[in-house]
Amino acid sequence: MTRQLILERAVKEIQDGMCVNLGIGMPTLIANMIPNDFNVMLQSENGLLGIGPYPKKVEVDPDLINAGKETVTAKAGASFFDSAESFAMIRGGHIDLAILGGMEVSENGDLANWMIPGKMVKGMGGAMDLVQGAKRIVVIMDHVNKHGESKVKKSCTLPLTGEKVVHCLITELAVFQFSEAGMELIELQNGITLDEVKSKTEADFTISPSIEIKA
Amino acid sequence: MSKLLTSFDSAIQQIEDGATIIVGGFGLSGIPEKLIIALRDKGVKDLTIVSNNCGVDDWGLGLLLENKQIKKMIASYVGENKLFEQQFLSGELEVELVPQGTLAERLRAGGAGIPAFYTATGVGTEVAKGKEHKEFDGRTYIMEKGIVGDFAFVKAWKADHFGNLVYRKTARNFNPVVATAGKVTIVEVEELVGTGELDPDEIHTSGVYVQKVLVGKDYEKRIERLTTANA
Repeated sequence: MTRQLILERAVKEIQDGMCVNLGIGMPTLIANMIPNDFNVMLQSENGLLGIGPYPKKVEVDPDLINAGKETVTAKAGASFFDSAESFAMIRGGHIDLAILGGMEVSENGDLANWMIPGKMVKGMGGAMDLVQGAKRIVVIMDHVNKHGESKVKKSCTLPLTGEKVVHCLITELAVFQFSEAGMELIELQNGITLDEVKSKTEADFTISPSIEIKA
Repeated sequence: MSKLLTSFDSAIQQIEDGATIIVGGFGLSGIPEKLIIALRDKGVKDLTIVSNNCGVDDWGLGLLLENKQIKKMIASYVGENKLFEQQFLSGELEVELVPQGTLAERLRAGGAGIPAFYTATGVGTEVAKGKEHKEFDGRTYIMEKGIVGDFAFVKAWKADHFGNLVYRKTARNFNPVVATAGKVTIVEVEELVGTGELDPDEIHTSGVYVQKVLVGKDYEKRIERLTTANA
């Protein structure tokens, strides 16, 4: 249920006409929630702009996969390109928005989402390129880990994917935005109190005036 | 001199122990599956392999791991492979993890005669350690070096006799940049066409980059994650 809450808030970040990269895992699920009347091009790092729905059984093509190595289709208006061009698109600031999963986010907008020391290193894939290149970085994650500890930190304890790269963080409790001034709480999820967010957040944050009024 | 060869074994004959080989593909899509098998059968060791991924346990570059032929792997994501984990943890296998876009650009640069370039990717992370940092217009970048390999293994859809190549859908992925970055580039294709049959406007890789062409039969094209609309 918390996942659904996060996804429903995250899809609101997508506007008509955008080119968007959805990270592997939970962010991929947002694809199905984009309003039908929006013309949005989803990018896949392996060389596709314009990801379509999953194929019917008869349409499955091993030469057509997404960055998560899932079989997909290409929608009308799609284009294929090589990996260097794919990341030129990302690095060059041509992708409007990337929505990525996170392990930790710090109050200055650092993101850690690629490795846990002591566990097998899998690799960063395209995550480090995306956080530096896409125009806007939205991170979606649970607010606390399974031990109840805040994943929204004063500073990240895990190796970073990027420094000061997060623009917006969406959890099941709240939405934060990041700027030079720091981290600001801009929304509470439905039924969540300011006190709960404060008690479950290690990071220091300011509170948007609109929330103070409601609280 | 024709670039067309009929034997995969003779195509890789000159590869010796310790060679650096750049291999196209993303996951198991667009991998040069026949060349990898031929390299496995040849048994050369202490190889440095540059490729986005390292196959799975029993397919693609995983076959070379199984045979303990890889000394060093340069890749962006290697998480699909238990053998990889074992050999890495036991110290048999050296690994250099490179962000995917940086890897693609290092290959593009290598193939284009550019020794190094600056990118913001990896700034402030472990990737930046030991690398030159430089500021341009108020933003910090790190220097990354181009990669050139002794050999490049490429999988394309179609080739003509000159080695002009056309790829299919997302099986293109790293293959075009890999093709440019090998001192000797060996290509396997599903279909060979006569010179002049490919529309010059549609050629993805010019034959200038290609030294050898082979036609493979019965491609397996394994799928890592079969996902369908009614699943």
